[in-house]
Amino acid sequence: MFAFAIRSLAQGVLVLVTVAFIAFSMFRFVGDPVVNMLGQEATQQDRQELTERLGLNDPWPIQFARFLGDAAQGEFGVSYRQGRKVSDLIRERLPATLELAVLSAIFATGLGVLLGVYAAINRTGFVSNVIMTTSLIGVSLPTFLIGIGLIYIFAVELRWLPSFGRGEVVRLGWWSTGLLTESGRKSLILPVLTLGFFQLTLIMRLVRAEMLEVMRADFIRFARARGIADRSIELRHALRNTLIPVVTIAGLQLGSVIAFAIVTETVFQWPGLGALFVNAVQFADVPVMSAYLMFVAAVFVIVNLTVDLLYFILDPRLRSGRRVAKGH
Amino acid sequence: MMAADETAMDPVLSVRNLSLEFVTRRGVLRALNEISFDIARGEVLGVVGESGAGKSLTGTAIIGLIDKPGRLSGGEIWLKGQRIDNIGHDGLRKIRGRRIGMIFQDPLTSLNPLFRVGDQIAETILTHMPVSKAEARARALALLTEVGIPAPENRIDAYPHEFSGGMRQRVVIALALAAEPDLIIADEPTTALDVSVQAQIITLLKRLCRTRGTSVMLITHDMGVIAETADRVAVMYAGRIVEIGPVADVIRHPKHPYASGLMGAIPALGAKVQRLTQISGAMPRLNAIPPGCAFRPRCMQAIGKCAEAVPPLVRVGATSARCWLHEEQDERSAAHG
Repeated sequence: MFAFAIRSLAQGVLVLVTVAFIAFSMFRFVGDPVVNMLGQEATQQDRQELTERLGLNDPWPIQFARFLGDAAQGEFGVSYRQGRKVSDLIRERLPATLELAVLSAIFATGLGVLLGVYAAINRTGFVSNVIMTTSLIGVSLPTFLIGIGLIYIFAVELRWLPSFGRGEVVRLGWWSTGLLTESGRKSLILPVLTLGFFQLTLIMRLVRAEMLEVMRADFIRFARARGIADRSIELRHALRNTLIPVVTIAGLQLGSVIAFAIVTETVFQWPGLGALFVNAVQFADVPVMSAYLMFVAAVFVIVNLTVDLLYFILDPRLRSGRRVAKGH
Repeated sequence: MMAADETAMDPVLSVRNLSLEFVTRRGVLRALNEISFDIARGEVLGVVGESGAGKSLTGTAIIGLIDKPGRLSGGEIWLKGQRIDNIGHDGLRKIRGRRIGMIFQDPLTSLNPLFRVGDQIAETILTHMPVSKAEARARALALLTEVGIPAPENRIDAYPHEFSGGMRQRVVIALALAAEPDLIIADEPTTALDVSVQAQIITLLKRLCRTRGTSVMLITHDMGVIAETADRVAVMYAGRIVEIGPVADVIRHPKHPYASGLMGAIPALGAKVQRLTQISGAMPRLNAIPPGCAFRPRCMQAIGKCAEAVPPLVRVGATSARCWLHEEQDERSAAHG
């Protein structure tokens, strides 16, 4: 188990270094940082001095090593457009995105597993058919359309919920949360639904399919033959076996929810990292772009690591590691 | 009538004229036809036949686990004087595991991979018996000891994948016996195991059931296992019992041509045989069972009557057979079948 964790960790680091290299090369291919920083009025002398001071005359492996060292400490330089440290910008925007993404993930996995199990157990029921049909809409409608549709119904027509922004936020240290005020909570509802709806339907369909598969397994038949109660067979024996593959997909989906909340953030004018990135792209703000790239990679690496470790909790066959292979 | 009179009074299990159908789009398929047999207390009934003859289906029907679109279309199943084929889902659930234990073919897939074996045994005990968790665990430990798991106090907390195939089947047997049932239905319990392990498992099953007085319905296509283990044997063909009787009589003097064909296919150690006899052809599919005797197309001794009507099960000496060749010998031939 320990060796496995180390191996996963090493793989994660390798991924991060590779992505860092891509983020690093962006600086070299997208514009000249010296020109960006000094403007067009500067003299040749100024430029050479700045180039030397920034270490841009060093060989690229040294520059890359320096970039890695800074990145490891969360430093990505200064935004070209806003003139502020990228790390500060990210720290400022991170709470909004995380709050949105985590709530969406909880909404999607919680309700998704629940509905999936229900639809699997009552396969032919009317409610199951309604759930399955609705889920098709969720899988096929693009996120922005769902967002705009929700805004139209709940913000424009019914006027129940705000259509943009985070509402009032409360600062807790460097973290800002919308969960402690009523307007903050209200503002979260529509974006959370929008961001989570696709994941919800995906997870639900996955849980249903997996569960139906597991319910056909021999050990379920054997459990029935032992007289175990139906509820116990469904919710103990079958569900736990169902969750193993579901954890993988749900984990990866959580990663993409955090990383690619861009569309939802744009639709709802949500002041998160996605919006920051979209603005950065428009102005070729390379430090922000490369920092965002690193952030996305880090999220996926962390999520994957967590999923790998979750397997150990869920599946005893992995815990005994190598012995299994030799087994019978 | 039929074979009932040769078993002891008050059988543990009594199956009467059981029929089972599958309702499909192309029509109704009869998978089991007028199955009747008894199993006495402590008796081992072997059920043999080739794949698709309805052996496993009979076992599954008794325990009430027939999946749709299958359904019982006739007959009765009695367990110790209680009718169990019409008692509904919850009634059956209390019978399963508690009064009828089941052992499936593949021990590798019979156990839930995510639960410790001790917990699975204790779960079965707790489901059926009013005991505390500690008591259930103590019983699970005793059962594991009894089925011959080495160092059971350590193995009780192991997961199924940590056992070999043979050891897993021992765990499955412990599970089937956990709530002290009256009857064990063992559906090909050794087919998935190494030959060297098969004998151990059969011996174990036989010993445990004998000491507890548990009856066994042993479904297999291994005549060797039947010869060694069973008290009586039922030979099935295309959804019917074609011969049933004491194992020695059926093996030495089979009355039905299909049964004698099966016996001819057993290699005997020591005897010099050039070729094992073989029954030509294959068992008909459910949707293509010929009228009359289903075995007629493959039967070397078929007579005109065979194509006309299904022969009744008639008493021939110590056994009963469903064959027109023996009709004349038995005056009591009822209108069954």
